[in-house]
Amino acid sequence: MALTREQMAQRVARELQDGFYVNLGIGIPTLVANYIPDGIDVMLQSENGLLGMGRFPSEEEVDPDMINAGKQTVTARPGAAIFSSAESFAMIRGGHVDLTVLGAFEVDQEGNIASWMVPGKLIKGMGGAMDLVAGAENIICTMTHASKHGESKLLEKCTLPLTGAGCINRVLTDLAYMEIENGAFILKERAPGVSVEEIVEKTAGKLVVPEHVPEMTFDA
Amino acid sequence: MAGFDKRVYSYEEAMQGIESGMTVIAGGFGLCGIPENLIAEIKRRGVKDLTVVSNNCGVDGFGLGLLLEDRQISKIYASYVGENALFEQQMLNDEIEVVLTPQGTLAERMRAGGAGIPAFYTATGYGTPIGEGKEVREFNGRHYILEEAITGDFAIVKGWKADRYGNVVYRHTAQNFNPMAATAGRITVVEVEEIVEPGELEPSQIHTPGIYVDRIIQGSFEKRIEKRTVRD
Repeated sequence: MALTREQMAQRVARELQDGFYVNLGIGIPTLVANYIPDGIDVMLQSENGLLGMGRFPSEEEVDPDMINAGKQTVTARPGAAIFSSAESFAMIRGGHVDLTVLGAFEVDQEGNIASWMVPGKLIKGMGGAMDLVAGAENIICTMTHASKHGESKLLEKCTLPLTGAGCINRVLTDLAYMEIENGAFILKERAPGVSVEEIVEKTAGKLVVPEHVPEMTFDA
Repeated sequence: MAGFDKRVYSYEEAMQGIESGMTVIAGGFGLCGIPENLIAEIKRRGVKDLTVVSNNCGVDGFGLGLLLEDRQISKIYASYVGENALFEQQMLNDEIEVVLTPQGTLAERMRAGGAGIPAFYTATGYGTPIGEGKEVREFNGRHYILEEAITGDFAIVKGWKADRYGNVVYRHTAQNFNPMAATAGRITVVEVEEIVEPGELEPSQIHTPGIYVDRIIQGSFEKRIEKRTVRD
């Protein structure tokens, strides 16, 4: 079975380490905050200028001056810091964020990512995504392995305009967890009940399959 | 306006001197921390052919979205413009020129503009359509593109509290682009919720020192929320 969005968030959350500063993009990455393992403390960075994003507010706590990068009302946790957009992107561009999780339309075997623009369709803008992928050494891309029509999104070369070049080293799809190394996807784990053959079939880029590919496990 | 007293008492006075064809830098992220009354005054004046520099372009009927109604903006530098149907329509009709700029690059271009730095190198956008046609240099084995500073004829800023000297503090994440915008205007106008007596703001807590600010006005604010989200 392909992973649900919640399972994908759960799997990404296993990569969190105690003391990490983490930026979570919109969509599945946002759900990762719900699965931070017990006993570890992470600080969530929101690129509009908040380090230490807390939970969503109660009705009484809603404050129009307190939002996250997705423009949702949020709270700040104890120990949070708030600053300008220039300061926020200094910490992003300067490589101070330990882990960035974001979605993508396509990723290729060279670590290129396309996530912001489909030519011919309405272009809304890249927001902070280009700065995030340029600044982070440690990025996990979350996406579905193939489009609804079965076309692979893990390519030899991205077809859409890039968000960043050669910057992605880990990808989690609904079918598999992979690392990108030396111009190839390395299959590290597969979703429960998903065969290596299916992953091979749905990966258009170069895929290296080790002898043993463990199956992910999830708590019921 | 005598000496260091930067207070003005009407929005008409606050935006005096704005003309068609000028560049206006605006603070705000989404609808958070936007100079909503200064924008409304620009709409009232009906100046046209403006170049606007702002992370977003408001929503239909509020914030910078107001300036779309009478086609007052001819060009905008922004990182994300997806919340506005009128904007979409004007973009598709080529009535507005959009220069999409990565968010961090936009913030830094304003900061550089205010700090007297004409341009800077950044890795953001290298190898993407944003890097096309821009100078590339390699430092320590990595590629960077040259991005130029932005300055404006006017900067419009939303603060929380200020004193008559123009020292400003911002509230929570309504800070966002405001401090950089404040530095990058030839004329910087700040509207705040409260003007306090000099000495009330702690000097070491000032976000925008008064040297950057030309006019201060106290206003009242709707503070519309774009995506109200509460926990269960």
